[in-house]
Amino acid sequence: MGSRRLATAVSLLVLAAVGCGTVEGRPRTVLVSAAASLSEAFDAIELQFEVAHPDVDVQLNVAGSSALVAQVVEGAPVDVLALASEDTMARVIEEGLVAGPAIVFARNAPIIAVPAGNPAGIDGLDAFGDPDLVLGLCAEAVPCGQLAREVLAAAGVGPDLDTVEVDVRSLLTRIESGELDAGIVYATDVRDGRRAVESIPIDTTATTSYPVVRVASAPNPSDADAFIDFVLSRQGREILASFGFLSP
Amino acid sequence: MSRPAPRHRPLPILVVLGAAAALVFVLPFLGLLVRAPWSALPALLTDDVAADALWLSLVTSLAATIAAAVLGLPLAWLLARADFPGRGLLRGLVLVPLVLPPVVGGTALLFALGRRGVVGGPLEDATGIVLPFSTVGVVIAATFVSMPFLVITVEAALRNLDGRHEGAAETLGGSPWTVLRRVTLPMIRPSLVAGLALTWARALGEFGATITFAGNLQGRTQTLPLAVFVALEQDRDAAIAMSLVMIAVALAVIVALRRRWWQEL
Repeated sequence: MGSRRLATAVSLLVLAAVGCGTVEGRPRTVLVSAAASLSEAFDAIELQFEVAHPDVDVQLNVAGSSALVAQVVEGAPVDVLALASEDTMARVIEEGLVAGPAIVFARNAPIIAVPAGNPAGIDGLDAFGDPDLVLGLCAEAVPCGQLAREVLAAAGVGPDLDTVEVDVRSLLTRIESGELDAGIVYATDVRDGRRAVESIPIDTTATTSYPVVRVASAPNPSDADAFIDFVLSRQGREILASFGFLSP
Repeated sequence: MSRPAPRHRPLPILVVLGAAAALVFVLPFLGLLVRAPWSALPALLTDDVAADALWLSLVTSLAATIAAAVLGLPLAWLLARADFPGRGLLRGLVLVPLVLPPVVGGTALLFALGRRGVVGGPLEDATGIVLPFSTVGVVIAATFVSMPFLVITVEAALRNLDGRHEGAAETLGGSPWTVLRRVTLPMIRPSLVAGLALTWARALGEFGATITFAGNLQGRTQTLPLAVFVALEQDRDAAIAMSLVMIAVALAVIVALRRRWWQEL
């Protein structure tokens, strides 16, 4: 006998453990959706936050800001939303999907990225009008694309593009692999030696702001607030600064 | 005509699981149909992003189908008729793009034909031609993923062909070219048409290899599936409208080929 009943009992136990979040010893989870450019900085923040809150497990969901907004609009069970532009955040606020104000916690500057060694000899924004070069930007819908078009327009350059990428990470990958001669990314993406890319500064004061907010339908609002407090804390800002982000 | 299968009283568990399986197929389409902005469809599909994507998809999928026919027919003939070392291996290789995730195929194309690829690098140095980020790159990616459909369909038809007709034609003095054109191809015509239709449909729906290898630029490399992917984040209604076009095409292909699929089972 026994074996079948035992199997049933075991599967019920497993189901209970999976289905129920309050089982002893199992950490609570906070789902944090963060803009692609925050990927590495938020990895470090996650690590430090979990040291300070050992009973909380932070899960990072990284994508282009507009994709993250689309997920929240479609009802993804996100607790914290950290985007790379206030314009994009405004869309979530308009839809009434946030709890409390969105607080800007960092800023980022645009920069020209080229493959290591700068094989095409790019020397400034003017290169983006050259039809003989292979050039890319982020899509207009994502903040790095908005910022790039803003600085190009200010410099009077009509870009002659070869590809438009859905987020800053895929643009960087194409530059790093040498498929693109140049693209406009964030200063934080091109810090010393982390990737096989080099940077050329852009003479501009334009920056993008990073707002963070708790999602109205957050499944775990208290830990969401704790995470946001941590991002805004001195420790959080020091981590962001160490990754090259500017203070708000 | 096949003998009708004996009827069984279905087990309840099979009915439940079978219904669940049907839901897996039906639910996503219902979701799309419920959300579809029917009255705005004409405007959404004539918007310049959608119109460019429709046109580019049409052109590149037809070009890929032609490329697959020109290159795939001889390959199918060789696999079916010629005896050469490594034939089994080659037949296996032809199937790889069918099973491989397309994004892996796109990555492989990049390492071969990209600007720093083994072929693409020397090609750019010698001629200045850059295949990634070009419409030709879209056609290459689509041909890579869709040609297997043509090759396996035509190869199977050639194997099942009764060789006596071709033999008779040769005896009557037909040149090999005439025999191929007047006897072989007409006899495998239904399979050839089905293979071409499947190849075209697969080329039209191609996404992963295209975005990986050819990038994404409106009017040059942004095909319908890429436009749907990009629009999902900005203009949901446009994404749904373009998805409906793809579903309509898929249904049309299935309806056109229904006799072949259901009768031959």
